Amino acid sequence: MEGFLHQVLAGLATGGIYASLALALVMIYQATHLVNFAQGEMAMFATYIAWSLVNAGMPYWIAFGLTVGISFFIGILIERVVIRPVENAPVLAVVVVFIALLVILNSVTGWIYTYTIKSFPSPFPKEMALGRYMSPHEVGAIGVTLVVLLLLFAFFRFTPLGLALRAAAQNPVSARLVGIRVGWMLALGWGLAAAIGAVAGMMVAPIVYLDPNMMGGILLYAFAAALVGGIDSPMGAVIGGFLVGVLENVLGAFVIGNELKLSVALVLIIGVLLVKPSGLFGRVHVTRV
Amino acid sequence: MKRNLFLLVVLLLVACALPFLVSNYRTFQLTLVLVYAIALLGLNILTGYNGQISLGHGAFYALGAYCAAILMDKAGMPYWATVPIAGAVCLVAGFLFGLPALRLEGLYLALATFALGVSMPQLLKYHHLEKWTGGVQGIVIPKPEAPFGIPLNADRWLYFFTLAVTLVMFLLAWNLLRGRVGRALVAIRDQHIAAEAMGVDNALYKSLAFGVSAMYTGVAGALGAIAVQFVAPDSFNIFLSIIFLVGIVVGGLASIPGALYGALFIQFMPNIADEISKAAPWAIFGIFMIGFVYLMPTGAAGAIRLLLAKRRGAP
Amino acid sequence: MALLEARQLYAAYGHTRVLHGVDFAIDKGSITALLGANGAGKTTTLRALCAMVKTQGEVRFEGARIDGRSTEDIARLGVAHVPDGRGTFLHLSTEENLRLGAYTRRDRARVETDLERVYGYFPRLKERRRQQAGTLSGGEQQMLAVSRALMLAPKLMLLDEPSFGLAPLLVRELFGILQAINQREQVSLLLVEQNAAMALDLADHAYLIETGRVVLSGTAEALKRDDSVRKSYLGY
Repeated sequence: MEGFLHQVLAGLATGGIYASLALALVMIYQATHLVNFAQGEMAMFATYIAWSLVNAGMPYWIAFGLTVGISFFIGILIERVVIRPVENAPVLAVVVVFIALLVILNSVTGWIYTYTIKSFPSPFPKEMALGRYMSPHEVGAIGVTLVVLLLLFAFFRFTPLGLALRAAAQNPVSARLVGIRVGWMLALGWGLAAAIGAVAGMMVAPIVYLDPNMMGGILLYAFAAALVGGIDSPMGAVIGGFLVGVLENVLGAFVIGNELKLSVALVLIIGVLLVKPSGLFGRVHVTRV
Repeated sequence: MKRNLFLLVVLLLVACALPFLVSNYRTFQLTLVLVYAIALLGLNILTGYNGQISLGHGAFYALGAYCAAILMDKAGMPYWATVPIAGAVCLVAGFLFGLPALRLEGLYLALATFALGVSMPQLLKYHHLEKWTGGVQGIVIPKPEAPFGIPLNADRWLYFFTLAVTLVMFLLAWNLLRGRVGRALVAIRDQHIAAEAMGVDNALYKSLAFGVSAMYTGVAGALGAIAVQFVAPDSFNIFLSIIFLVGIVVGGLASIPGALYGALFIQFMPNIADEISKAAPWAIFGIFMIGFVYLMPTGAAGAIRLLLAKRRGAP
Repeated sequence: MALLEARQLYAAYGHTRVLHGVDFAIDKGSITALLGANGAGKTTTLRALCAMVKTQGEVRFEGARIDGRSTEDIARLGVAHVPDGRGTFLHLSTEENLRLGAYTRRDRARVETDLERVYGYFPRLKERRRQQAGTLSGGEQQMLAVSRALMLAPKLMLLDEPSFGLAPLLVRELFGILQAINQREQVSLLLVEQNAAMALDLADHAYLIETGRVVLSGTAEALKRDDSVRKSYLGY
């Protein structure tokens, strides 16, 4: 029983990270109806930036904040420069551009930092209560995730800019009619998604160690989480994230063995797409002929 | 038409002459070019002609490669027999994958195949399958020798064997795509609702496209395994699938010669780029992908077609 | 000087030309109606004014050219467009929809008073302020659309078929409010209507559009008396 509880709690910790990434994916999907295949690499790149800052002697939380800020701007830059030209292009063109982004970020990181695995610090104290069931970092990761999610929720719900972003994502034509610069809203959405990804990356790096390919599997779990929750539902993404995290750990520990954990994501993705593409909380889309 | 036939014959003669003009290692690289050309043709049938995006074709390549390796290693089968079997297995696998894939459009299919591509290495390392797949270590395959005492060294023999298979596959594709099947595939890609209304059985064609596409890539995988003499899980990761995508984008979508141009690019560009840095080839792949999407969406094949048309049209 | 002037306006959807050189002008403080049958090009005209469709030709607002500018910039100049289909933000609440109308305004205090005034015109919206806009009835969504446009504090309001799908009583109520808005808030109105009778009762001036061209123009009174208009659009 203790083993089970431990798996569930550890699953919630990684689930928080999946939830964050899934939320970033959903934000971009809501605004553009595009799946950001490069989300993982963007988060990874941000984490390396943090690593550089920490290595240069900067205190952790300042490096954290700076990295989030830099990621925000990189996200905006990517949207304006790389994505905007293909926003209305055929699907294949868009997919190719996203994959290209993935590949470029991955290789540039490897170029600059080499492929040797590095360790990434955890800002949370080594000793903590609940030590029997969860490591302090896992507790901290859940905490940070929840703070980020709450801040985002407050931003979208209670600020005019958040409202404008929601409007631009839901109905760009009407948004223009009230004077909202939809193009910049998209860029803002990307910036936020990149920033969230950076947080997720910095939370997961102490667990899986820093290497350019660290986000591949994690991105898959995030996709699964986003689909399970509903690709256009932010709340669904969060719930999906925690669900997938727990499922992965429990199935991995007790049913299929740790080696095949990634196939859980694969099965979930294909399963959801086939059985209920709108996920738990998403909306069913009807396309006009 | 006559001009094309002439060019093809010239190309064939050059292809036959090459192994005697270059080193063994170069011959081996050219063999790989042919292998990739078959794989890219496969992907192109699915994505270029039929519009179904696959980011997981590395999985079918892996399937074909492991088929060949396991048959040679465990069943003692001769190398040439494994190729059609790998093709058949992948044809069935592709068709079976294509059936549920019918429900997935564009981005979602890309997502599902991406998931397949990412999870493939882990699936191949699964320890319950280890006695077949060789686990993390993989399987080593002996190099085939030229039969009947033909005076060719192993590399050259393998090159000609691969060339023969390539010719057969390309001929098959050309025949398939220029007729009713090809038109149906393109109709489904461009206006699938109209196509269905006109009597094209979308479900059948789309699943078949998946099956045939997988078959091609599986055959390529088998040939590749024989050429490289080795299969291991980590060589079949998501980047293999991405490389195939690069190949068809750069070579030219919905184009048969495009498969060859793309194969040349993905085989030889890293050689040149490696000088700069180990990471450089991929950065360049990425830049080329974006560049081609923005500037040359029809790929090298399209650009060459345009060039030839201009020359013919100009007085 | 006219508030809005359109000269030789051409518009196309893809390769299909819909407007073939439309000319009209709107005076400040007036209510103008654009009449015509289905497919005549009325909606396209409004869209062309807001750069929602590919256009050629000159459009001047308060003397300055706005053709070639983006939709959002034109909105920021004080042109509020109530589109056909109402353009409601279905998943946001009624009040959120209204506040979005005022998104670009800097005068926060005036926005609050404007909100109250809008609720004064449409008390039903106040009752449903926290309700999701997509759950409102057709008539209520139309009121919401007009209110949202009003929250822009516009100089000119473009209305695309405001009577569409509404019961006659509701249309009368709505048009009464539109008249009040025109007189009290000094908002000029340009409305596109298939319901020629009601439109001519409300408007000061009117233009008749047929297959992408203006074929008749004049005061509303004059058009009401015109024989061809009477027979084709007023039914008697």
